[in-house]
Amino acid sequence: MITFIPRDKVSKNWIIIAPILSIFFTIFFGLLIFTFLGYNPLETLYQIFVSPFSRIDRISDILVKACPLIIIGTGLMLCFKSNVWNIGAEGQFIMGALLAGFIALSFPNIETKFFLLITIFAGFVGGALWAFIPAILKTKLNVNEILVSLMLVYVAMLFIDFIVRGPLRDPMSFGFPLSKPYPEGALINKIPFPGIGFLGQLHYGILLVVLLIPVSWIFVNKTLGGFKINVLGSAPQAAKFAGFKQHSITITVLLLSGGLAGVAGVIEVSANIGQLQPEVSFGYGFTAIIVAFLGRLSPIGILFAGIIIATVKLGADNAQMTMGIPKVVTGLFEGILLFFLLTGETLQKYKIKWSEGKK
Amino acid sequence: MEALILTIIATSIPLLLAAIGELIAEKSGVLNLGVEGMMLSGAVGALGAVLWLENPYYGIVAGALSGIIIASIFSVFTINFMTNQVATGLGLTIFATGLTGLAGAPLVGKTIPSLPKIEIFLLSDIPVIGNILFKQDFVAYLSIAIIIFISFFLKYSKPGIILRAVGDDHESAHSVGYPVKKIRWYATCFGGMCAGIGGAYIPLVLTPHWSEGMTAGRGWIALALVVFASWIPWRIIVGALIFGGITIAQLVGQARGWPIPSQLLSMMPYLATIIALTMISGRLSKNNSVIPSSLGKPFFGSQ
Repeated sequence: MITFIPRDKVSKNWIIIAPILSIFFTIFFGLLIFTFLGYNPLETLYQIFVSPFSRIDRISDILVKACPLIIIGTGLMLCFKSNVWNIGAEGQFIMGALLAGFIALSFPNIETKFFLLITIFAGFVGGALWAFIPAILKTKLNVNEILVSLMLVYVAMLFIDFIVRGPLRDPMSFGFPLSKPYPEGALINKIPFPGIGFLGQLHYGILLVVLLIPVSWIFVNKTLGGFKINVLGSAPQAAKFAGFKQHSITITVLLLSGGLAGVAGVIEVSANIGQLQPEVSFGYGFTAIIVAFLGRLSPIGILFAGIIIATVKLGADNAQMTMGIPKVVTGLFEGILLFFLLTGETLQKYKIKWSEGKK
Repeated sequence: MEALILTIIATSIPLLLAAIGELIAEKSGVLNLGVEGMMLSGAVGALGAVLWLENPYYGIVAGALSGIIIASIFSVFTINFMTNQVATGLGLTIFATGLTGLAGAPLVGKTIPSLPKIEIFLLSDIPVIGNILFKQDFVAYLSIAIIIFISFFLKYSKPGIILRAVGDDHESAHSVGYPVKKIRWYATCFGGMCAGIGGAYIPLVLTPHWSEGMTAGRGWIALALVVFASWIPWRIIVGALIFGGITIAQLVGQARGWPIPSQLLSMMPYLATIIALTMISGRLSKNNSVIPSSLGKPFFGSQ
C-alpha cells in the first residue's frame, strides 16, 4: 500500500529527475508494447531514437521540425500556467497559415523579404482571432474552452480544405487541391553555410525561436504580466485577492498562444511548403501540448522538449519507411511520457511512503 | 423517412453510450477527457475480436474490455498518483490514438459482419414505430437500458447517492467513511466500458472496417453532450439524437447536392456543439448546482 505524504517544500531534485526518469520509463513501456504487438523492439528503438542523429542533415531536420513545436509550445505554456486549457492550437496554426497565405497570394509579384513581416503578423492575427472565440465564450458565458477550442480544430481543417479546393485553388494545378505558389517575398529561405551549403532543410525561421526563447523567459520571469499568470495558475485565490483581472488574463494568454500558433503556421508553410494545401499542420498543435508539459512549462525546458519530441517524430517517420510501423505510434510515446511527467509533478509535492498490510 | 430515422438513431448510439459513461465518471468527480481515446480503443478491440472469433457479439465484449483497460490507465494516474485530470485525459487520447494506430495497422482493408437486428416479438409488427423502436440491434437496446438504469441508480439507489456525494464533496464523503478513491475507480471504469462499447458500435454497425482515428471527434462531442444534458441522464438521449440528426442532415445534404460546399456542411456537428455549449453554459453559470462540485479536483486523502 502506497501513501503520499505532503512535502514541506517542493523538491528541487525532482524537478530535474522527473523528466529524465519519465523518458526512461516511457522507453521501457514503449518497448514492452512493441514486443507485445510483435515488432522487433531493439530495431524500433534504434529507428525512433538513434536514426535521426545518424547524419548531419538529419540533425538539422530535427531543428526544422522542432521549430513550430517550440513556438506553439511557448504559447501554450502561458495558457497552461494560468490554468487555461487551450487544446486547439492545431486550428489556430491552420488559421494563421491561411490568413498569411491569403495575403501572400494577394501580392503575386512581391520580392522584398520585408513582406515576411506582414505575413507573419497576419499569421499572428489569424491564430489569435481563432483563439479569441473560446476566449470570449469562456469569459463572457463561462463556456468550456477545452471543448470549444478543440471543436474549432475540426472547423479549421474543413475550412482550409474548402478554401484550397475552392476560392484559392490554382487553376494551373491540374486538379490538385493546391494554391498558387507563394511570391518570392513570402518565402523563408534555407540558410546557406559557407563551405558546406545547405544543411538539410534548415531555414531562417529558426531565428524566430532563437528570439522567442529569451523574450518569453523575460516575460514569464521578469514582468508583471508573467507574474500575474504564475499567480493565477498556482494560487487562484491569491490572484483574486490581489485584484488581478482573471478574465483579461484568460483572454490575453489565449490570444498570445493562438497568435504564436498562427506564426508557427506561417513559418511552416513559408519555409517548407511554399503554397497552401489541404494539410499544413500534421498535428503540430497537438504535439506541442506534450512539448509544453515535457518542458515543465518553462521556456528553456520547452526548447529542449521541442528537440526531443521532434527527434521522436522524425524517428517515427524513419520507422514507418523502414519497418512499416504507422507514424501515429509517436502518440503512444507522447501519451506515456505525459503520464509519467505528471506523476513526477505529484512526486515533487509528495513523498512516497510504503506502509504494510492495511488493505 | 423511416430509413432516415433509423440512420439517425444508429449515428447517435455511440454518442449516447460514451456520454452516459462519462456522466457517471463526472458525477463521481472525475473529469476524463480521454473519451475519444477510449472509443478508439473500443473500436479497434471490437474489430480485432470479430475478425478473430467471427461473431459480432464478441465485438461488444472486446470493446467494453478495451475501454475498461484504457480507463484503468487513467484511474491509476489521476486517482492513485493524483495527476492533473485535464492533462492526463488529453494524454490518454493521444496515447490511445497511437496505440490503436499501431494495433489497427494489420486490420486495414478487412471488413467485419454487421451486428444483427433483433426483432422483439409482436412489438416489431406495430406499424411505423415497430420497425424503428423494436427492430434494433442489441447495443441499441442495451444503451437505452443503461440510461434508464442510471437514471434510477443516481436518484433512488444508495450506491448512486454515495457516488453523487463523492463527486459533490469528496472531503465530507471521506470523513463519513466512504472509499472515495475506490468509488472513483469504479465510476471511471464504467465510463471506459460505455465509451468502449460506443466505440465498438462504430465498426460493428456504421462503417465495418478500420481507419486511423475513425471516431472523428465523437468522444469530444460526447463530452459536450454531458454538459448539454446538464448531467441529467435522459437529456443525453435528446442531445445524442439532435447530434445524430445534424450529422445525418449534412450527409444527406452532400448526397442530394445542396448548393453548399461539402466541407461547410461537414462543419455542422462541430459548430452545433459550440452553439449548444454556449446556450447551455450561460444558463449553467446562473444555476451551477447541477455541476458536481468536486469535478476535476484530485483527492489527496489517504485511504
